[in-house]
Amino acid sequence: MTATAETATRPLPPLGPNRRLKLPKQAERTLDNGLTVIAVRRPAVPLVELRLWMPFGRAHLARGAMLAQTMLAGTAELTANQIAAELQKVGGGLSAGVDPDRLMLSGAGLVTGLDRMLEILADVLTGATYPGDWVETERDRLVDRIQVAQSQPAHLARTALLKRIYGRHPYAVQTPEPDQVRAVRPPVLRKLHSERVHPAGAVLVLVGDVQPERALDAAERALAGWGGDGHSADLPPAPPLEPGPLLLVDRPGSVQSSLRLALPAVPRTHPDHAALQLANLVFGGYFSSRWVENIREDKGYTYGPHSLVEHSVAGSVLVAGAEVATEVTAPALLETMYELGRLAALPPKPEELEQARQYALGTLQLGMSTQAGLASLTSAYAGNGLRLDFLAEHAARLAKATVDDVAEVAARYLAPARAVTVVLGDAERVAEPLAALTAVRTESA
Amino acid sequence: MPTRRASIPATKYPVERFTLDNGLRVVLTPDRSAPVIGVAVVYDVGIRSEPEGRTGFAHLFEHLMFQGSENLEKLAHFRHVQGAGGTFNGSTHLDYTDYFETLPSNALERALFLEADRMRGPRLTEENLRNQVDVVKEEIRVNVLNRPYGGFPWLTLPPVMFDTFPNAHDGYGSFDDLESATVADAADFFRRYYASGNAVLAVSGDIDVTEATALIERHFGDVPARPAPQRPDFAEPDLTAERRHSYTDRLAPLPAVAGAWRVPDPVTDFAGYLPYVVLAEVLTDGDASRLVERLVQRDRTVTSLGGYLGFMGDPFDVRDPTALLLQAHLPPGGDVDKVLRTVDEELDRLATDGLTEGELARTQARMATHLLRDTDAVLGRALRMAVLEQQRGEPGLLNELPRLVGEVTEEQVRAAAATLRPQRRASIEVIAGGAR
Repeated sequence: MTATAETATRPLPPLGPNRRLKLPKQAERTLDNGLTVIAVRRPAVPLVELRLWMPFGRAHLARGAMLAQTMLAGTAELTANQIAAELQKVGGGLSAGVDPDRLMLSGAGLVTGLDRMLEILADVLTGATYPGDWVETERDRLVDRIQVAQSQPAHLARTALLKRIYGRHPYAVQTPEPDQVRAVRPPVLRKLHSERVHPAGAVLVLVGDVQPERALDAAERALAGWGGDGHSADLPPAPPLEPGPLLLVDRPGSVQSSLRLALPAVPRTHPDHAALQLANLVFGGYFSSRWVENIREDKGYTYGPHSLVEHSVAGSVLVAGAEVATEVTAPALLETMYELGRLAALPPKPEELEQARQYALGTLQLGMSTQAGLASLTSAYAGNGLRLDFLAEHAARLAKATVDDVAEVAARYLAPARAVTVVLGDAERVAEPLAALTAVRTESA
Repeated sequence: MPTRRASIPATKYPVERFTLDNGLRVVLTPDRSAPVIGVAVVYDVGIRSEPEGRTGFAHLFEHLMFQGSENLEKLAHFRHVQGAGGTFNGSTHLDYTDYFETLPSNALERALFLEADRMRGPRLTEENLRNQVDVVKEEIRVNVLNRPYGGFPWLTLPPVMFDTFPNAHDGYGSFDDLESATVADAADFFRRYYASGNAVLAVSGDIDVTEATALIERHFGDVPARPAPQRPDFAEPDLTAERRHSYTDRLAPLPAVAGAWRVPDPVTDFAGYLPYVVLAEVLTDGDASRLVERLVQRDRTVTSLGGYLGFMGDPFDVRDPTALLLQAHLPPGGDVDKVLRTVDEELDRLATDGLTEGELARTQARMATHLLRDTDAVLGRALRMAVLEQQRGEPGLLNELPRLVGEVTEEQVRAAAATLRPQRRASIEVIAGGAR
């Protein structure tokens, strides 16, 4: 090598040997009341993360949303402000949220306050009172929040896509109408609580600077008295996607179009899942994907295109989304169909697969490296009947997937002919160019 | 029940500092509890330093730093980081610009190589510049133009509070200015601000200090030495009369308001500044905080509320001049004047009557949790320590923050509240043009 060549190019350093995926120390117990408790040790900072996942499928939409909004608004023992203040004393906090699968209470606090946090949690679970003045205030606030959401293009595009994908399935509508919220009164919240907030089928996850067995003991002490046999409701399986004309939702004056494509996907435990995850990465699931390199880094049509397999209890779906300038809406869709079609029709290059594989394996390690990440992962897995050891199984499948495996799932799941497409944008400006590419049906927002 | 003060724990992340011959400052903070690392390079240039007629340039330039460098083609940086199992990003702040990766620890040397390569020089081409101007315009459309409350209040309040271009201008930039940017501008910006002497490298996580030091010498040691430019004085006098502006947001369904007051210099008067950080939480953190209790629950004049330090919510990585901000969304038809009057009344009450029993201690305990939680992410430590090194020469301050926040006294919080007078306030009101 000449001296000139040496200064002109410096070689990329190779990677060191891969670190093996190491699962943290954990323990699990099912209490007599049916509650499953999982405790995971990660002592990095002196905190504990808490996630309580309660099955909540088929709950009334507006009542469910209001229940989450007011669950922490008081008990026989404590007012809302006292609950918040008592939690703060131990550096803690709790919040409640719902989606079509579950009701979730989550929070974090100083690990020295674990017992107190669990005590307050138990008080809320067994004795939330839904006081009238709070319900009234929170009703108005929720209506305000829904109005703000409905002014955001991302929310409107999501709403239209869900309705288009799920038809009459409970997943089709996930935000209540303001009028439904206004009709909610405290007695129906108390009734919903007694029917649905119970330990059977629920999973409590504690992650942090804890000794797992001792954390289980603490949870058992605090929550053994939580009972109730309300009913549970099974969600019907999500319907298969039904491709059809592109749905164009009109948003007059919009300076961008929100492009959304849904494609079929499989649950985490399905034999195709690992290969599908890799195929999705090659297509558009990370920055170094064909789609992002094409419509962002080459064409400059968009800032942050993203594509993700979304897992819910009743089914999984792959959703690709991008906000593109109004004037390039049709060209952006064309490139999207092209990239999907290219992957469905031709195998990926081996180096593309290797890069996606390293990313998938590496981000598993990164996701496990914080208390909060580990808690959310453990809870999401547990809500779908899995445990952390599934990570090792999944990593092994990712490591094994071949070019042929990925090509085969891409042909099956990423074929543009199977896509359900929704565009939210200024119909006056984008309908005609889109109609040059595919059949279009227009609706108002 | 007696109020017992929760004892505030601390982290003990070790800190190693050194400076290379070319002036690059380095911070290492090893932690072998997970096989991952964080790598951050922070340059001492931000929105306040961009030239007039070039609004948004610091951020546009950040994008150009990802478009290839001395030994790397366009797209190579992304592929090398993600192909090593990592993630990357960069962000532009008022006083600094950061570039960072988090990766499995077997990719340490690769990450150092990538950062050193662009510190030697990005590939600044007309094609890359035009492409990234388009991408940035879409970023601005997503975050500002196509959504309600875009840029509220971080872009809309500074021009009310400040008079000089560096502090007042739109840091995302006007489309005109972005389109006028040239490759020569970029080369000049790089030469001036992206000097080894103007940068800090921080590496956190699963590293061996000796090995990491040798690798850093190997990859950064021959980055040409250039000194840091003289940092201009961005100081402005405090307000002596209230300033109040409003604008119509055609997409916003609800009215909103944000108010800001200047606070002591976060770097030269840290002890004077900290009580304001605590005050913001006393006022707005959770259902038991003063303003939430009063405005949201009792008066119902506000539907959501937030309070924080710094226009970008950056209490410990911003220099003077900066501010304490309160922002609120109001219900339909809500009365902004009334909200501002009630805030004044509550601040008065706090300054005059002091805090209730246990109010300060519980707020401090909660703040400790937030601070500790942020440092649990390996990348959070690298980024935070890099900026603390750059602005204060004190990366280990990260370990001290929960304790220092815990030492703020009731008297200090009351005194801080007493300075937030209407005549020192700048506020911006959003008129709901999208109300139905």
